[in-house]
Amino acid sequence: MRPLSYRRAAEIGEAVATVSTEPTSAFLAGGTTEVDLVRLGVARHDLLVDINDLPLADIENLPGGGLRIGALARMNDVARAAQVVEMYPGIAQALLLGASEQLRNMATMGGNLCQRVRCAYFRDNVSPCNKREPGTGCSALDGQNRGHAILGTSEHCIATHPSDVAVALVAFDAVVHTIGPSGARIIPIENFYLLPGRTPHIEHPLEHGELIVAIEVPPLPVARGSLYLKFRDRQSYEFALVSVLSALLVQDGRITEVRLALGGVGTTPWRARRAEAQLVGAPATAGSFAAAAAAELDAAVLHEHNAFKQELAQRAIVRGLDQAMVSAVHGGAR
Amino acid sequence: MPAWAVQLIAHHVRPKIMHNDQFVATAPPDRPPLTSGPSSLPVALTVNGSTHVVDLEPRVSLLDALREHLDLTGSKKGCDQGTCGACTVWVDGRRVLACLSLAVTCEGRSVTTIEGLAAGEELHPMQRAFIECDAFQCGYCTAGQIMSAVALLEEGNATTDAEIAESMSGNICRCAAYPNIRAAIREVRDAGEGGHRATA
Ligand SMILES: Cc1cc2nc3c(=O)[nH]c(=O)nc-3n(C[C@H](O)[C@H](O)[C@H](O)COP(=O)(O)OP(=O)(O)OC[C@H]3O[C@@H](n4cnc5c(N)ncnc54)[C@H](O)[C@@H]3O)c2cc1C
Ligand code: SF4
Ligand code: FES
Ligand code: FES
Repeated sequence: MRPLSYRRAAEIGEAVATVSTEPTSAFLAGGTTEVDLVRLGVARHDLLVDINDLPLADIENLPGGGLRIGALARMNDVARAAQVVEMYPGIAQALLLGASEQLRNMATMGGNLCQRVRCAYFRDNVSPCNKREPGTGCSALDGQNRGHAILGTSEHCIATHPSDVAVALVAFDAVVHTIGPSGARIIPIENFYLLPGRTPHIEHPLEHGELIVAIEVPPLPVARGSLYLKFRDRQSYEFALVSVLSALLVQDGRITEVRLALGGVGTTPWRARRAEAQLVGAPATAGSFAAAAAAELDAAVLHEHNAFKQELAQRAIVRGLDQAMVSAVHGGAR
Repeated sequence: MPAWAVQLIAHHVRPKIMHNDQFVATAPPDRPPLTSGPSSLPVALTVNGSTHVVDLEPRVSLLDALREHLDLTGSKKGCDQGTCGACTVWVDGRRVLACLSLAVTCEGRSVTTIEGLAAGEELHPMQRAFIECDAFQCGYCTAGQIMSAVALLEEGNATTDAEIAESMSGNICRCAAYPNIRAAIREVRDAGEGGHRATA
C-alpha cells in the first residue's frame, strides 16, 4: 500500500482548502471505497483528509416538506430514520439491500454517491482500462462483462454504476449540495452522474476539493408508496444485476404519476424516462407495464455475457410496477 | 466438538492484554486536529477499555494495528477488501470492518475486539453458544461472526431466521456453518442474554 499522509479536518473550509490545494489528496469519509482503492493501488492519493468530525451527519425535515440528509449520515442511520421510512421507503429499502450491516455502519451518503465502479479490470490495476488509465482501452468490451451495463454505455467504458441508493435519489429528483473552492452550489442528482462517453475517467462535475455537504430530497407524495427491488447472484451482500425503484399514483385505473429508475444496468443510476413518459396517462395494467419496460430497454447495447440483462430488466420493471400498485392503490401514495 | 476447536474459541478469551509500545493511559483521548505522515506517528488507541499509544503510519489499518502492533490476533484478515467480515470489530459500539478502517481515524473512539468480549475467564454467552451449537469448523471467520452476532442482538433485528441471515450476511463462512451460527444466535436471543457486553 502506498504511503499516506493524513489530516483530520475540524472545519468545512479547512477540508475544502486542503484537498483543493493538494492535487493528490482526497476526502476520507467511511473509507469503504477509498481505503480499499488506495490499498489496491487504483486510487493514487497521497493525502487523505478525514472529514468525519465535520458536523454533516444530521437528517432534517425541510420547512417546505422534503428531507435534508447530511453527507456524513451513515447508510444504516439514514435507512432506519423514521422520516425516510415514512416519506421515502424506496430510499430505506435501497440502502438496506446494499452492502452489509458493518459496511453500512461505516459508509456515508456522500461517499456512497462517489463510490467507484466494481469492474474487475478497473480494480485489478493492470488491465487496460480507460477509467483508470485514460486511452488504454476497455478490457471489458471483449472480456468478462456479465455484470456490466447495457444502458448509457460507450465504446470507451461499459462499467455499471454500483450504487443502490443513488437509484432512488435519481427517481426522486434529489439535489446535491456542495461547497467547493469557488463557493457553494446545488447540483441536480441526474447531472451529478456523467455518462462515460469519451471520458469515462470523469464521473462527476465536482471540482477537485469540492465537498458534498448534503443531499436534499424534495417533498414527493408519490414516493410514500415507493419500493426498491434488487436482483442479484446471491440473496444478500451483493451488487445488483438489475434493480428497480418504482412508485405510482393511480386514479380510476389510470397512472397519474410514476417514478421509475434502474440500477445494475446503467453506467449511471438510470432514470427510466422513456418508460415514465409512456406510463403517464396509461391504464395501470400489466400490458402497459410491459410495453413501457420494452421501450426503456429498446436502447440497450448488449455484450457477450450481459445480454440477459435486457429481459431481466424488463421483467424487473414489470414486477416493480406491479408491486408498487399495492401501495399506490391502497392509500400508500398520499 | 473436538478439543482443538474448544481451545480455538477459548484462545479468544485470553485475559486482557496490555501490550503497549509506550504507555497506558486511563482516559480515552479526544481527537485533536492532526496532520501527519507518511512516516509513523504516535496514535492513541483505546481497545477493550485500555488505551495504548503505538507508532503507526497513517496507512496502517485498524486490523493491522490490532494484529501486528497490539498482538490482538483474534480479529482475522480474510480479504482485506471489505468482502468477508472476518475482521469485524466494534467502534464506539457499532460493528464495522477493521480492514477498511485506518487506525489513525479511530483515535478518541472506543474499539472492542473478540478479546474484550469475555468477562475475565467467563465466556460471553455468544461464545458459549457457538461452542455448544458447533457453529464453526476451521474457525477462521468465528471472531467476526461472534462480534457481528452480539451486535445483531443489540440492534434488535433477530426476530426471525430470515432476519438473522440477512443481518449476518456480511460475515462469510467458507465452511458454511451458517445453520449452526443461526442456531447459536437463536439460543442467546431466546435466553435473553444478548445485551451483555464485557467492555464496550
Ligand atoms: C464489499 C462491499 C460491498 C458493497 N455493496 C454495496 C451495495 O450492494 N450497494 C451499494 O450501494 N454500495 C455498496 N458498496 C459500496 C459502499 O456503499 C460505498 O463504498 C460507500 O457508500 C462509500 O462511502 P464511504 O463513506 O465509505 O466513502 P469513502 O470511501 O470515504 O469515500 C469514497 C469516495 O468519495 C469521496 N468522498 C467521500 N465523502 C465525500 C464528500 N462528502 N464530498 C465529496 N467527496 C466525498 C472520497 O474522497 C472517495 O473518493 C459496497 C462496498 C463494499 C466494500
Ligand atoms: S468497463 Fe470501464 S472500468 Fe471496466 S475496463 Fe472498461 S473502461 Fe475500465
Ligand atoms: S478482512 Fe475485512 S472484510 Fe475481509
Ligand atoms: S468456520 Fe471456517 S470459515 Fe467459518
